[in-house]
Amino acid sequence: MVRPAGAGSVLPHILLSAALAIMLAPIWFAIVVSTSSVSDFLTGGLGVLPGDQAIANYRTVLVTGASNVGLSPVGPMLLNSFMMAVAIAAGKIAISIISAYAVAWFRFPFRTAAFWTIFITLMLPVEVRILPTFGVTADLGLLNSFAGLTIPIIASATATFLFRQVFMTIPDELTEAARIDNAGPVRFFFDVVLPLSRTNIAALAIILFIYGWNQYLWPLLVTTDTKYYTVVMGIQRLAQSAESSPVWHLAMATAILAMLPPVLVVLSMQKLFVRGLVETEK
Amino acid sequence: MQAKRVTFPGRILPALLLLPQLAITAVFFLWPSAEALWQSLRREDAFGTRSEFVGLDNFRQLFADPAYLASFSTTLVFSASVALLSLALGLLFAVLTERVGRGRALYQSLLIWPYAVAPALAALMWSFLFDPSIGPVAKLLGRLGLPWNHQVNGGQALILIVIASTWKQVSYNFLFFVAGLAAIPRSLLEAAAIDAASPWRTFWTIVFPLLAPTSFFLLVVNIVYAFFDTFGVVHATTQGGPAQATTTLVYKVFRDGFVGLDLGGSAAQSVVLLAIVIALTAVQFRFVERRVHY
Repeated sequence: MVRPAGAGSVLPHILLSAALAIMLAPIWFAIVVSTSSVSDFLTGGLGVLPGDQAIANYRTVLVTGASNVGLSPVGPMLLNSFMMAVAIAAGKIAISIISAYAVAWFRFPFRTAAFWTIFITLMLPVEVRILPTFGVTADLGLLNSFAGLTIPIIASATATFLFRQVFMTIPDELTEAARIDNAGPVRFFFDVVLPLSRTNIAALAIILFIYGWNQYLWPLLVTTDTKYYTVVMGIQRLAQSAESSPVWHLAMATAILAMLPPVLVVLSMQKLFVRGLVETEK
Repeated sequence: MQAKRVTFPGRILPALLLLPQLAITAVFFLWPSAEALWQSLRREDAFGTRSEFVGLDNFRQLFADPAYLASFSTTLVFSASVALLSLALGLLFAVLTERVGRGRALYQSLLIWPYAVAPALAALMWSFLFDPSIGPVAKLLGRLGLPWNHQVNGGQALILIVIASTWKQVSYNFLFFVAGLAAIPRSLLEAAAIDAASPWRTFWTIVFPLLAPTSFFLLVVNIVYAFFDTFGVVHATTQGGPAQATTTLVYKVFRDGFVGLDLGGSAAQSVVLLAIVIALTAVQFRFVERRVHY
């Protein structure tokens, strides 16, 4: 971009610093509170710098849990969140890549109908069919289980479209070569299609991991047993008690732990993340 | 919808490949949606043992219910505020980072990570900042003569959830605007520079019109986000209160269904939401077609 040199370029830095201050304020104060003691914020002694109770607070939420306000340890919840996020990401990619393969490389009756059926799921978010979906899941005996947390939300029109688009760019010559070599569709998938889609899979996996990790409404419906609580959903119990009892330090420690994995994924794999985000919205 | 020119023979294999996706779609998407449609036309008796066909009665009741209409307007105000604020801020931040030379990558990294924070967590952090008794922002406002208490003041509660929802969404818009700005032909900007157009004028006459397709696409995405993905913001903090001031449509369908156990009413609300999603998706796809010609 053509930009004025010299003095003109100081202003954007000043404005951006102000923007960053506002954008980073919530996280900064969350860190400050999560490392302070109860008396610090009850007596108004809360400063703008982190306190010295980090180890005590984080150990409390991770291992023993804030039992006085009904919060079980966050450690197992983090593990549940991780397993759910990985299962959702892997599940969505697996079932979408094979359906996209089927509609791209085969001609069969009802092919277009199958494609549109998948398309319709775009228009049916959980929120618009909340009670009946819960009903079906309950009827199948999937409440309080990992299957219930993941399977009902792993259909993905977006991922299927994305893979189909990627597949349409794979040259027909490769398929012809495979057919001349007598390689069947299964072999072709594993030897040619999968390696060629590697970057797309990685970019999509990042977006879907974040999507899975941040699920809130669905885990709230399907789990009543604390054994299956995920951390993003579990924190609401703490949030509601924070308004009446002095547990802000524990609530914030939990919040920091709950956001750390997806934030680290974004920051450490920024290029892939941006690519994934832009691709899934095409 | 076209297939590859060179395909594989066979019918069983593609059917097997499509089976998992179609089975999940049928069981967890199509069937429950059909059931919601069906239930929206029926009403259960007090014991939940029998239900009868009541036509559009549930809908008539819904739109005669002041609480539902209030929830509708709350949702509209909330969604419009979140969409417009996060678009404006995303665009502003993108234009600003375009104008800095050194440190651009650092600014970008620091501005994109809120995308990864769950809405419920964003709401929790902001509700601490605004906590009436100990929150630093609430204290500051109090000192400025603006007493803050979102636990009793409905308007303030709505502002709180708008701020929390916007904060999380700015990153997303920022990223797409950065990409949009990068796609603007340099020659146009150079021509403007040669004509000695001011940066302000260049922005409004060249940059902004060229970003219009991106902005429109983002507007739809943001409205969908504000409508459907902010359940966690409301549920984790205000719980729809005080006095229903923050009861959005999605929060209401959840509460009426799970707490109120009103099957027909909740199903009718689901159907209304369904109509909204379909309308938004249609708008989005019409636009995607237009973008191809752009």
